[in-house]
Amino acid sequence: MIPFRALMQPHRLVMLALLLAVVIWCALALRWDWIPEYAPLALEGLWRTIWILVVTCVLGFLLAIPLGLAQAIGPWYLSAPARIFCTVIRGTPLLLQIWLLYYGLGSLFPQIPWIRGSELWPYLRQAWPYAVLALTLSYAGYEGEVMRGAFSSVNKGQLEAANAFGMPRFTMFRRIWLPQAIRNVLPTLGGETILQLKATPLVATITVVELYAVSSRVRSDTFIVYEPLILLAVFYMIIAGGIALLFRRFENQVPG
Amino acid sequence: MEIIFETLGLAESAHLLSLSPPGWGGNLLRGLANSLQIAFGAFGFGLLIGLFGAYGKLYGGVVLRDLLAVYTTVIRAVPELVLILILYYVGTDLINKVSGAMGYGRVEISGVVAGIWVLGVVQGAYATEVLRGAIQAVPAGQIEAARAYGMPPLMLLRRVTIPAMMSFATPGLANLWLIATKDTALLAIVGFSELTLETRQAAASTRAYFTFFLAAGALYLIVTLCSGAVFARIEKWARRGQPSLKGAGR
Repeated sequence: MIPFRALMQPHRLVMLALLLAVVIWCALALRWDWIPEYAPLALEGLWRTIWILVVTCVLGFLLAIPLGLAQAIGPWYLSAPARIFCTVIRGTPLLLQIWLLYYGLGSLFPQIPWIRGSELWPYLRQAWPYAVLALTLSYAGYEGEVMRGAFSSVNKGQLEAANAFGMPRFTMFRRIWLPQAIRNVLPTLGGETILQLKATPLVATITVVELYAVSSRVRSDTFIVYEPLILLAVFYMIIAGGIALLFRRFENQVPG
Repeated sequence: MEIIFETLGLAESAHLLSLSPPGWGGNLLRGLANSLQIAFGAFGFGLLIGLFGAYGKLYGGVVLRDLLAVYTTVIRAVPELVLILILYYVGTDLINKVSGAMGYGRVEISGVVAGIWVLGVVQGAYATEVLRGAIQAVPAGQIEAARAYGMPPLMLLRRVTIPAMMSFATPGLANLWLIATKDTALLAIVGFSELTLETRQAAASTRAYFTFFLAAGALYLIVTLCSGAVFARIEKWARRGQPSLKGAGR
């Protein structure tokens, strides 16, 4: 955060005053009368954006750990598929992946009778499982690459010491290898999580009603162009700021 | 050839992807050409913004530095999709206002120009940060020496700063180029017919979703892998003459 003293320089005071003037002008001159009508929908959209973000980040990260481990130390029959998965995910646009899963799988599933008859069918007919799947795979692909570097950068002597003490392999992984690997890449993970936040509006294209979809609805209903977009940008900046603060708190917990 | 496709069960896909009109291959390739055109333009425009931005951040006055900080922070915190919509509407509105004031009436803006403008502004923010870091990594003595010899600023940029920072900037710029190629897909949402939108139209009208989306994915992947190879060569070229660090630090 910028310290208070740094804000009190003359040119910054002038800029803050200008910013305030722009905000007041926006509040007075632009149309905001649509807000009360759409506020409940917007809150619902905000909630959906946040839970999609949290769920896909957590699941994607859990998937990224084996992917990174396989690439870092795995035998070739594990590391080659992991590397191909990461390359493909990182080499194609997320929008294409989302559409491939939604339209592709979505048109394939109804043709298979046992899927139609299964318990899962009511969920598979909705859009959000495909959105969550696509975003999870995407996060896993990017983080798999990050974790590969993280796992191989942990000091080898530490692992050898654990080995020498006769620590079981899984305990060693859980207590020594994983915590240090995560600790080393915390700043990168924070950046990647903000990138993931910025990827969530793409799921609006497959009819998931999250924050961005609400603003599109406002635009198409009322023909107001700029106001919903500006408000949307402000919302995303607030969430991104929140993520940055959260990760800074994580980083501060790490003893330097 | 036919027999191979026949036995693999891919005859239908090959037929759908053929280049002549019953197949959609030509459309996909046209979309790819559009995507690449925009990616090139946006990357170049972004580099230009980035160079000025980096200079402003390093050598500019206090106000310019704060303004650039706001620019890079806002662009990097707001989703590209939202930025694309905002910049698209702002750009078309501004141009129409200007042309209206000059008495020309409404102007239709081509998708390529709009795409380059929108993605270029987004790329500019990232490029500013990459180039600023790279310029900072150049030993200050080199730039000071050039100044001491009375080298004019543009020549200094061309002969000292840019060659010396290239090796530091290349990895970041390679990433930016990949982001540029993938961000062109977002223009599908504002209705510009690049590869992803062409693919979706082809898939929707033939209902062969997997065939077309996988084909488009393969095209993007080819572009990615080829540019990876190209950037590896550029980096090698930018590092020529630098001592290798292989085996150091053991």
